[in-house]
Amino acid sequence: MADGNDKDHHDNRDNGKSLAPGQYSSAEMSSAQQEEHESRGGVVAGRSRQGMFGVRGSGDTSGYGGLTLPAYVPAPAQRPYGGWFDEFTDELLAAMQERGVPAAAVQQVTVDRGEITYYVRREHLLALCRTLRDDPALRFELCSSVSGVDYGSEDGGAQVAQRLHAVYHLTSMTYRRRIRLEVAVDVDDAHVPSVVEVYPTADWQEREAWDMFGIIFDGHPALTRILMPDDWDGHPQRKDYPLGGIPVEYKGGAEIPPPDQRRAYS
Amino acid sequence: MTKREDTEPAHTVGSGTADTVNDGTNPADPYAATSRETTEGRVYTVTGGDWDSLIEDWKHDERIVVNMGPQHPSTHGVLRLVLELEGEVVTQARSVIGYLHTGIEKNCEYRTWTQGVTFVTRADYLAPLFNEAAYCLATEKLLRVTAPRRAQVIRVLLMELNRVSSHLVAIATGGMELGALTGMTAGFREREEVLHLLEFLTGLRMNHAFIRPGGVAQDLPEDYETKIRDFLKVMDSRLPDYDKLLTGQPIWKQRLQKVGYLPLDGCLQLGITGPILRCAGLEWDLRKVEPYCGYEEYDFEVPTSTDADCYARYVLRVEEIHQSLKIVAQCLDKLEPGPVMVEDPKVAWPAKLSIGADGLGNSLEHVRNIMGQSMESLIHHFKLVTEGFAVPPGQVYSSVESPRGELGYHLVSDGGTRPMRVHIRDPSFVNLQSMPAMSEGGLIADVIAAVASIDPVMGGVDR
Repeated sequence: MADGNDKDHHDNRDNGKSLAPGQYSSAEMSSAQQEEHESRGGVVAGRSRQGMFGVRGSGDTSGYGGLTLPAYVPAPAQRPYGGWFDEFTDELLAAMQERGVPAAAVQQVTVDRGEITYYVRREHLLALCRTLRDDPALRFELCSSVSGVDYGSEDGGAQVAQRLHAVYHLTSMTYRRRIRLEVAVDVDDAHVPSVVEVYPTADWQEREAWDMFGIIFDGHPALTRILMPDDWDGHPQRKDYPLGGIPVEYKGGAEIPPPDQRRAYS
Repeated sequence: MTKREDTEPAHTVGSGTADTVNDGTNPADPYAATSRETTEGRVYTVTGGDWDSLIEDWKHDERIVVNMGPQHPSTHGVLRLVLELEGEVVTQARSVIGYLHTGIEKNCEYRTWTQGVTFVTRADYLAPLFNEAAYCLATEKLLRVTAPRRAQVIRVLLMELNRVSSHLVAIATGGMELGALTGMTAGFREREEVLHLLEFLTGLRMNHAFIRPGGVAQDLPEDYETKIRDFLKVMDSRLPDYDKLLTGQPIWKQRLQKVGYLPLDGCLQLGITGPILRCAGLEWDLRKVEPYCGYEEYDFEVPTSTDADCYARYVLRVEEIHQSLKIVAQCLDKLEPGPVMVEDPKVAWPAKLSIGADGLGNSLEHVRNIMGQSMESLIHHFKLVTEGFAVPPGQVYSSVESPRGELGYHLVSDGGTRPMRVHIRDPSFVNLQSMPAMSEGGLIADVIAAVASIDPVMGGVDR
């Protein structure tokens, strides 16, 4: 079993083209599709954008200033997912039922570039992680990475619903599989249950996500800042965190200029 | 207060606030220390007196909290260890990090995908080429391109050379911290050989930015093969010295054996990967279990051990150096002529680089072409270098086996010419969490051995 999965897995990893090409093109939606997707409770990641990348407030003569791009929305995947994803998802759903985790805990499944993402509702995250770790057919022993992502807007203009995402990369060393869990929360209510009691390795990684993004991991043994000083204000990797304007220590009033006052080439 | 001042005005100068009380048992004792309760515990105001009576409370309590670092020769950079000691035994150990936080992840969001390489190469500065390779593999996955074969072989070649230099530093600094100074001089001497070779191959000793999305920056210089074969000969002659100097040495063994023990279940709980995990008995090496860059074609062993102590980790690193040199030799046989960058002109770096008298730069031929012959080439060059290439939206996670374990990159693109999010899953950061498990209950001197065997690189931990 492990051999067969192994092979499929590498096919996906090295050459994403082993999946149906239609799934790739569906990763980008039109704005009408996107609205429909949102109204059905789907996941929205990212913001719509106007104009060229990186150009703001300049005398744009290129004509691209009126360009509007819809927000990126990870498209829900349709069965069959391809590779080992179908078999695995069946096993996951069976294990969830066995342990009393409702199937609705998984909000959406997305398959992109040979990787599978489960968008999870936060109230079931901990039970789901425990299922993934303990069920003999799943065995995700290693929590490789926990990271935060802010899909918000830099200028704070367009409001993005549920812009803070906590992303977990789990690895099954037994079956040599990797999956991704993603939890989306609002900035005003950035609470996610901590998975430290299932994966103790998430301790520092959750502290980093708190420090950098302000995601509050409920139940973490000591959720304190880890990279920034203890008395720091704000969460630096949020998109709306102000850059520059920070006083330089011991330089008597000198400040780092904000980016729009620095030289830029793009 | 008033009463005290009345009776002994001479001894109360500067000793009293409103909440000060005299808890001396003998009010007539002129030297009794006053004390008050604060949130930090009881604070005494000593105005002179007899030490014997003063420290009566603490006589049988040897609890000491020692701050080791952030600047200390044995902490592998700016790592701060807070150790609670009972005599010489460590009862609690915590590490404090963040002193080298430079915001690499955030900075990447404000540069093009190609410029990101220059940032991430500075994260784990002892394994720059692994950072570059992992970042580029993730970017290529987002772009859905694959680097040409020659570029893949060059990447493997460079990564394995880098693994040798990184393990040599681990052994050298570990030796220095334990007082084996000859180990240090030997390790840095051999590392210098690797860095000279890397300088010849890539133009820089460290922070190469040589591996780029789509391939590598330029082809290897002409006489690379002779240089690498010479290097392999030097290493083959010098590596046995490590066995002579350290492997069988009684002091080295006594300092390392049965120290810093972390068994397999502890490793899995704490997410430890790399040499520490393999020393606990699990043959988990991403080069074997999830091959990338064509590692499945190379013939090499993954050494393991079940001792799970510092000595096993030392032996394992020496063995991994041997295996890496074996891979380097195989790379030379696999290098066939061909392109080192993807064909797609919308991704490939437009400049043809060459090493001139003043270092790496645009080749004169390319400059002549864009400045004198082709306006279109100039526009193309300008757009790609200043704006960069756009990457289709989505997210990927891609990992490589760095000298310290699983080095993963979680990249998110929103379709722009800059990353939306770059997250580095650095093995040093995760592995450093095992320091308390390895050290608590042991002697303070063994903390040094344990930290040295984890081999954390603070550039990677703090990013």
